[in-house]
Amino acid sequence: MIAHRFSGRRVAITGGTSGLGLATVDALARAGAHVAFVARSETGVERTARARPGTHGVVGDVSVVGDIHPIAMQILAALGGLDVLINNASALGPVPLALLGDTACEDLDHALVTNVLGPFRLTKALLGALSLAAREGRGAVVLNVSSDAAVTPYPTWGAYGASKAALRHLTSIWDAELAAEGVRFLSLDPGDMDTPLHALAVPDADRSILKRPEDAALELLTSIAAALPDAPVPTTGGSTEQERIS
Amino acid sequence: MIAADVPIQRPASAKLLVIDGNGHLTHAPRQRLLDFLRPGDLLIANDAATVPASLSGQHRPSGMKVEVRLAGRLFPAREPSADSRFAAVIFGEGDYRTPTEHRPLPPSVTAGDRLDLGPLEAIVSNLLGHPRLASLSFTGSIDAMWAGIARHGRPVQYAHVPTPLALWDVWTILAGRPVAFEPPSAGFVLDWRMLSELRQRHIGFATLTHAAGLSSTGDIELDRRLPLDEPYEIPDGTARRIAETRARGGRIVAVGTTVVRALEAAATRDGHIVAGGGVATQRITAGTRLRVIDALISGTHAPGTSHYDLLRAFADEATLARADQELDAQEYRTHEFGDSVLIERRA
Repeated sequence: MIAHRFSGRRVAITGGTSGLGLATVDALARAGAHVAFVARSETGVERTARARPGTHGVVGDVSVVGDIHPIAMQILAALGGLDVLINNASALGPVPLALLGDTACEDLDHALVTNVLGPFRLTKALLGALSLAAREGRGAVVLNVSSDAAVTPYPTWGAYGASKAALRHLTSIWDAELAAEGVRFLSLDPGDMDTPLHALAVPDADRSILKRPEDAALELLTSIAAALPDAPVPTTGGSTEQERIS
Repeated sequence: MIAADVPIQRPASAKLLVIDGNGHLTHAPRQRLLDFLRPGDLLIANDAATVPASLSGQHRPSGMKVEVRLAGRLFPAREPSADSRFAAVIFGEGDYRTPTEHRPLPPSVTAGDRLDLGPLEAIVSNLLGHPRLASLSFTGSIDAMWAGIARHGRPVQYAHVPTPLALWDVWTILAGRPVAFEPPSAGFVLDWRMLSELRQRHIGFATLTHAAGLSSTGDIELDRRLPLDEPYEIPDGTARRIAETRARGGRIVAVGTTVVRALEAAATRDGHIVAGGGVATQRITAGTRLRVIDALISGTHAPGTSHYDLLRAFADEATLARADQELDAQEYRTHEFGDSVLIERRA
């Protein structure tokens, strides 16, 4: 049932070379979506793209303002448009986690720039394409990955939690603003997963009780699918004119 | 007119000159644009994203520095996502800050010459009727080509804007597929608040994609050949809404000359729009009978440009001359970040 909703859909995801992002790239590719994923490491992107033929890897850092439009342009060049954006790339802030009073300003800044400004800027740059998908009746969704740290005041999770709280609120306001345009904005808390990011935050966690990223990826896709229209995706993209031999 | 020299898309002081179908002129703050549109009108804008088409580098055979400006697709009818071939204008050393006529001449290029443009490598296929207009293809994968253009490309710009432009300066809010080589700058008037207000005022809104080609180089000989043929794509929904609007007597208002070029190319003689892809080759000028467009929102264009020529399809010489006088007298700013004109087809 998920495959039906995602087949032929154009999806971009940040933080796509590890953890939840990578699991989501795989789930999307299996469901027949056209996928572009973004990550900072050139080697990571190349390795991931090579192992998943048909997906498009984009090297870029959403915390760097000058990277945003180059990232957006590569996504749009590769996919020809966009139906779904998943803002998943996240920074913890201080590592190891720290009490707020012990958190370096630069670390809070980095969490805010990566987790709030990054998704905000990238969404703005891609909003034209997303709104076109909505106007065409395909539906459009922006899913911003959240956390229970956005809602529950866990000590030492201040920088991350505050940034995710900001993102969550931004998401719900944007959803209200663009309801009439047909672009939906969703937050999803994927839970505590067995990922590199979680290991950075909680190095001594009992990994056996952590959720598998593959399971979280399916939850993510299910949420998005629920916000998309029922109709199967019409054939799209590119010129309908026959190729001319010049 | 004075050149707008700062890359601000929607300055609060932006002006609008309204030229109605009877030749009557009205000055207004551009923020009041929607007051000149009517419920039942359909506003159509171009959702093409601007490619950072200026690529600096070196002509390998001569070792000379060059600036390459991608001017259009070599094969406009082909699917862009699978094509690495472009028509390009080659400039000599230097950049936009030096007016073209003062730039050193580029090296002569011939088929097979390689150009090293940052991380990109391009091979010249042949010249296109002018020593500085060449077809070239990028080596490597398409994804790598776009990564190279994204990293190394700069928006094409001109001496009248001294600040180096960022890509966000030349994308409209609608920017989607990166197929335009210069910005569809009439669309700079749009923001999300305006789109919301259009809804509230029962003014329709739809988009099409037109791959605006490079239209100006500062070299008269070259400019005569520009823009090259421009591919466009009209969504089914847009074509349908145009038909519905016309059927109930609403106006079709184009945001930008690229929309005029696309819709007039896609229109049958009785104003029916054929949805889908096509290539706009027609020069729209004084003798052109507009089939679909009722009004145009555009920048302020100087006589002698192809954009100005297009205005002749809307209004007669006398009206355009009076408009020019008003634009000068009221010091309207020109070029892509300048003020705007709303011109209605003559009654």
